[in-house]
Amino acid sequence: MNVIEVRDLHRVYRRPRTSLTVPGTRVEALRGVSFDLPRQARFGVVGESGSGKSTLIRLLAALDKPTSGTISFQGKDITGLPERRLKFLRRELQVVFQDPMGSLDPRMRVRDIICEPLVAQGHSDPAGRLKELLDAVGLPQQSADRFPHQFSGGQRQRISIARALAPNPSVLVADEPVSALDVSVRAQILNLLADLVERFSLTLVFVSHDLSVVRHVCDTVAVMRSGEIVEMGAAEEIYESPQHSYTRELIAAVPTLRTAMRRFA
Amino acid sequence: MSALTVDSLELSVAGIPLVTGVSFTVGAGERVGLIGESGSGKSLTATAVMGLLPDEVDAAGSVRLSDVDHDLVGATEKQLARVRGRRMAMVFQEPMSALNPSMRVGDQVAEIMLIHGTRPDKATARAAAVELLGQVRLPEPAETARAYPHQLSGGQRQRVMLAIALANDPAVLICDEPTTALDVTVQARMLELIRTATEERGTALLFITHDLAVVAQTCERVLVMYGGRLVETGSVKEVFTAPKHPYTRGLLDASDLEAVDEHGRLRTIPGAVPGAGEFPGGCVFRNRCTDATGDCAEAPVLSEVDDRGFACWNPVGGPA
Amino acid sequence: MTLAVRRSSSPSLWVGLGLVGLVVVTALASFLWTPHDPTLVDAAQRLRGPGTDYVFGTDKFGRDLFSQVMVGARTTLFVGVVAVGVAALIGTPLGVFAAMAPKWLGEFVMRVNDLVLAFPALLLAIVFGAVFGADTLTAMIAIGIASVPSFARIARSGALGVMSTEYVLAARSAGRSRTAIAVRHVLPNIAGLVIVQSSVSFAIAVLSEAALSFLGFGTRPPTPSWGRMLQESQELLAVEPRLALVPGVAIAIAVLGFNLLGDGLRDRYDPRLEVRR
Repeated sequence: MNVIEVRDLHRVYRRPRTSLTVPGTRVEALRGVSFDLPRQARFGVVGESGSGKSTLIRLLAALDKPTSGTISFQGKDITGLPERRLKFLRRELQVVFQDPMGSLDPRMRVRDIICEPLVAQGHSDPAGRLKELLDAVGLPQQSADRFPHQFSGGQRQRISIARALAPNPSVLVADEPVSALDVSVRAQILNLLADLVERFSLTLVFVSHDLSVVRHVCDTVAVMRSGEIVEMGAAEEIYESPQHSYTRELIAAVPTLRTAMRRFA
Repeated sequence: MSALTVDSLELSVAGIPLVTGVSFTVGAGERVGLIGESGSGKSLTATAVMGLLPDEVDAAGSVRLSDVDHDLVGATEKQLARVRGRRMAMVFQEPMSALNPSMRVGDQVAEIMLIHGTRPDKATARAAAVELLGQVRLPEPAETARAYPHQLSGGQRQRVMLAIALANDPAVLICDEPTTALDVTVQARMLELIRTATEERGTALLFITHDLAVVAQTCERVLVMYGGRLVETGSVKEVFTAPKHPYTRGLLDASDLEAVDEHGRLRTIPGAVPGAGEFPGGCVFRNRCTDATGDCAEAPVLSEVDDRGFACWNPVGGPA
Repeated sequence: MTLAVRRSSSPSLWVGLGLVGLVVVTALASFLWTPHDPTLVDAAQRLRGPGTDYVFGTDKFGRDLFSQVMVGARTTLFVGVVAVGVAALIGTPLGVFAAMAPKWLGEFVMRVNDLVLAFPALLLAIVFGAVFGADTLTAMIAIGIASVPSFARIARSGALGVMSTEYVLAARSAGRSRTAIAVRHVLPNIAGLVIVQSSVSFAIAVLSEAALSFLGFGTRPPTPSWGRMLQESQELLAVEPRLALVPGVAIAIAVLGFNLLGDGLRDRYDPRLEVRR
């Protein structure tokens, strides 16, 4: 059975009006996106800004409502459900955001940040769970009493991941989780994500602008441009023999060290 | 003759050393990459070269430009103002905050020429500005010159920044992560532009980034920085194919997403970059280095032969 | 690279604390002791200059200025606390509500808010005075209500900023209720803005009290108030500038003190200000 089924998803925004007489311009952030995610899939979404990938994440996490189309989660249509009927989704699907600073409340201690989903969902032993989570993401126990700004970028992303794992979700959505990180930290966080996905049998949705990162992490890839999926298929295949010209452009634009070094060969 | 010569640069805040004994040169028309992660001191080094250090940073050592007769370290603000934007220019990471939002971009390009008197009057400067906007390959330069920054895309704004930087034909161009905030396809075109623009003008380029692939694409020579020190220098080809310092080796391994260990995991550098002032004495990398020995308690000196150098007692592949 | 520079304790916090402390201590001391009865009219002591007996001299009714200043400090603090309290306690939640409510409702609240903002504060206080009787409390509730829109606006713009952060998205996807998000994330992160606005509003309240007393709608005689002292001094301004100078300086100290304190508190309790690029 598929965990997530997305059918013909559209989302239209209206820009705020800049004049009294002219309404704001229409922006079609998503234009008919469809895909299926089988259990434990590792699904990559690749695109640049304006591709609609951020909108897609917000819709998957039911943080926004689609203009038309449906998303079903574990066989249940979640589009248009009121917040009180989304409790299961708030437990089953969690998001790791891009900016490891912006996604952590600067005024909260790490303990309260990680326990937030537990408190929201009435967990019986948040303190015990906190210990497990800090262990799972490789942070020392005494981190719990500190504030986000006292950590490096990589450690902050670990905090963010711990928070996402807190309610024991089955689906993890990661929005550019490594693009704000240094090279050596990036490798550590990618390894951590891979470990956790395996250990907790997670279904992973991984969003990035970098196809080489997505190829390393995911088995299936969707390439998005201007609100549409232009190419979708096995990660290896798309990377090795891209069919769409935009996919080829993306691959050429983000050289790996190996391809960049070819000019010295 | 080098366009830029940095000698024994030392930077510290409240007694905490942030950059220690950094020396390097950039020749005229040469493109040099300065690589490092957060906390390596690479951006601070660039800031020091531009003479833009915050008040709380203490600087020692020397920064000299080929056609300026005084040292930039310890120079007065007045002296620096004559150099910045004229002999040496910088492109920053954030193209939005670096432009004045209430001024047409053409005027901003013209302004830098008028400030330094490289064009006799407004009309000439404006004409030159339009020409420059064309040279950084902005479409319809005359139209674009009349636009305000918010009417341009991120990539276009960064091109305007480059036009401003190149306006007075500086001897040295410093780019600090100029493409990090841009979309990937835009980034690729911007890098190409920086490369050709400096090549055509014979401008020395100091390119600061954390991205090894970008350096491999753009530069000829590379300086690797860690813990406020240069740990390895040399041609991009040599450093990236036969690194001597274990840190460089680790960075290269960690960037290679195609090479994984038996568990399918990427190779990493153990631990994390220490905070400012928390690096170990001796070799700054020794607490994370798998090859560290007792020798490493003493700081290795970067000794360069023909621009190739490394600061390590136990270099990768044995002493060369 | 990011340079972490810990702000040395800002001098404005300490100076502000000192000035506000001075006002508070003076007000408290006035309950226990004043050199003279501040309301005692003594024709024999009219307009005496500063001296050992009367530190700041006396006014045209022979009342001791120093004693009046001491008791007036109570009025000033009372005025500030009531007006700022009313404004902040109504305005802040209102602004946060307007930011988090559905768009049309938020817009509606803010338009009503703008209507109140357009209504002159002093006029509102005079209307209140005419309807409920002119005294300090009524006047200050009116000033407080008139200041609600500034708090609501500031709170709303701050809250809109917070609502667009990823940590609020994270809280929403964790299943946090709107109220919990407002209390746990929005309020703490806009506290700095509210504190600064409070110090500004405090100054406005003290000055409004002076103006209202001047017009006869504020503190009623014989209760001493710095504003009324200022008003009473005006006919003798040319001959005895001291009468205006003493309450004027007192008002300036209080206003400056609260402004500095507001700035200092904001800097001190904003963890983000510690990390500067």
